[in-house]
Amino acid sequence: MSLHVNISLQRPSGFELDVDIHIPNRGYTAIYGASGSGKTTLLRCIAGLESAGAKDSIIFNHDVWHNQSQTLPCHQRGIGFVFQDARLMPHLDVSGNLKYALDRRHGNCGPNWDQVSQWLNLAPLLEKTVSQLSAGQQQRVAIGRALLSAPQLLIMDEPLASLDEISKNEILSSLEALHYHLDIPVLYVSHDLAEVTQLADQLIILEQGNVVSEGRTLELCSQLQLGVAHEEQAAAILVGTVKAHDDLYALSEIDIDGETLTLARVDIPLGENIRVRIPARDVSIALNRSEQSSILNIIPCRIDAIEPSTEARILIRLQTGNQFFLSRLTRKSVEKLALSVGDQVFAQIKSVALLSDRQADDHV
Amino acid sequence: MIAPQDLTAIWVTFKLASISTILLLIIGTPIAWWLSQKPGKFKKITEAVIALPLILPPTVLGFYLLIAFSPNGLIGQLWQSLTGAPLAFTFSALVIGSVFYSLPFVVQPLQSAFRQIPQGLYEAAATMGASPKDQFFSITAPIAKRSFLTAASLGFAHTVGEFGVILMIGGNIPGETQVLSLILFEHVETLQYSRAHGLAAGLLIFSFITLYWLYSSDHFDALKIKR
Repeated sequence: MSLHVNISLQRPSGFELDVDIHIPNRGYTAIYGASGSGKTTLLRCIAGLESAGAKDSIIFNHDVWHNQSQTLPCHQRGIGFVFQDARLMPHLDVSGNLKYALDRRHGNCGPNWDQVSQWLNLAPLLEKTVSQLSAGQQQRVAIGRALLSAPQLLIMDEPLASLDEISKNEILSSLEALHYHLDIPVLYVSHDLAEVTQLADQLIILEQGNVVSEGRTLELCSQLQLGVAHEEQAAAILVGTVKAHDDLYALSEIDIDGETLTLARVDIPLGENIRVRIPARDVSIALNRSEQSSILNIIPCRIDAIEPSTEARILIRLQTGNQFFLSRLTRKSVEKLALSVGDQVFAQIKSVALLSDRQADDHV
Repeated sequence: MIAPQDLTAIWVTFKLASISTILLLIIGTPIAWWLSQKPGKFKKITEAVIALPLILPPTVLGFYLLIAFSPNGLIGQLWQSLTGAPLAFTFSALVIGSVFYSLPFVVQPLQSAFRQIPQGLYEAAATMGASPKDQFFSITAPIAKRSFLTAASLGFAHTVGEFGVILMIGGNIPGETQVLSLILFEHVETLQYSRAHGLAAGLLIFSFITLYWLYSSDHFDALKIKR
């Protein structure tokens, strides 16, 4: 057990936060929730930027960060924090900003200048002033700065929320690559489900200041009773092994509990485990295997559950082997095909995205 | 060409303004810092008290300081018990008076500079391990660098131009409390207009150069930030 946070706060505005969570020592843990659910307050309390209540406790490994008798100030907690706005020092250039963190390193075991510069492609920016950078570049520097301070815990508060789509995707892939390099826990707050399912190993779902669910992202995102499965961006994650590469068409095949999925060629050796992400809106259902379809991925599966989502839409949980994924259909289609739980059907999957936490292999 | 008595007065004025400016920066910086942070109960009162010399006739301030500096006055008694000597009509009295008199000219530019620095920068610095003291020297001081220069120049120039307060508490003793503005007044009173002209013109040129330098360095800095 790494970070244990027990906080219950009541603010004069009527806002309440009441959580008791354990965050493991490795990997990305995402705190997911709508705005106003208390995510940012929770992070700021953990960082020491906001004070927790007298009865609350925040314990990191064996260090007391906050309890009834003492509170460790933010600058002694040994954390890295990436804010929504980059907050670079305006009087320093990019390398000055990075050195600021390096000069105040929390410990000796963090990544060094060359590694960070390479992971985040910072070399072309070093000589620039902060005002010369785009929002996306500023955020890259801010992430680099947080890493160079050699934190024992990295906290990110919606780091992509104020970026345009292109910079967002660029940083998202940097963050995925980082996942592979870092051996410290990362606490990631977001209200964007696509981001969360792409990055997080563990998921903590907050609603109005309370934890409604926590567990592995893999399991949580295909549970129909949770709000996350019903969102526009809902997606399931499947684990498989690389089975074959098709150089002629630049495709790769992966084995998912005996069934085969095809996706764009990945540079991953045969036999390796990978995770793929399948959005619920990209999965349709057919009663027979259609031989005349442009869709490559058609796999037999069983209807595990059916749950109405909105007036027009129905969410279906499908099982293949021991794994589950989601399909979002119109109510009209479900009635037309007379689908019911236990039916054997064919899922037609339009898009399969690799979760690229292994793409950075060549760096290690 | 310049009479020895005038030279002495120039030296006393320079010494007074320099010592006062150093003290003003030491005292004014923490006050400005405190005032620039979140609003609190006593801040409005403190702000008003510090700003008083801006509108109060200097003779009023001088009158109260004279009473406080007298051997029976609060500050006078304290001074006597600490140093063994009376405070009234000494150079030290002038320094203390000048600090009160010029305080708003140092506190106000610093306060507005501190207020303009986003709070988020300090939070970011704290997460990187910077203590509050470190934050002051690594963020506040370099960003507000120019305002420190402005504050020091205004404090210095304003002390040089002081008349009413010094008239009340100084006693016009040559070599001790006789400053430029007082000796100028004396020359006019005794109808020595040519000596008065020399000193008046000197003060005028000094003040103009100080202000011109301040405004043009403002210009220079604005250019540097845009780059």
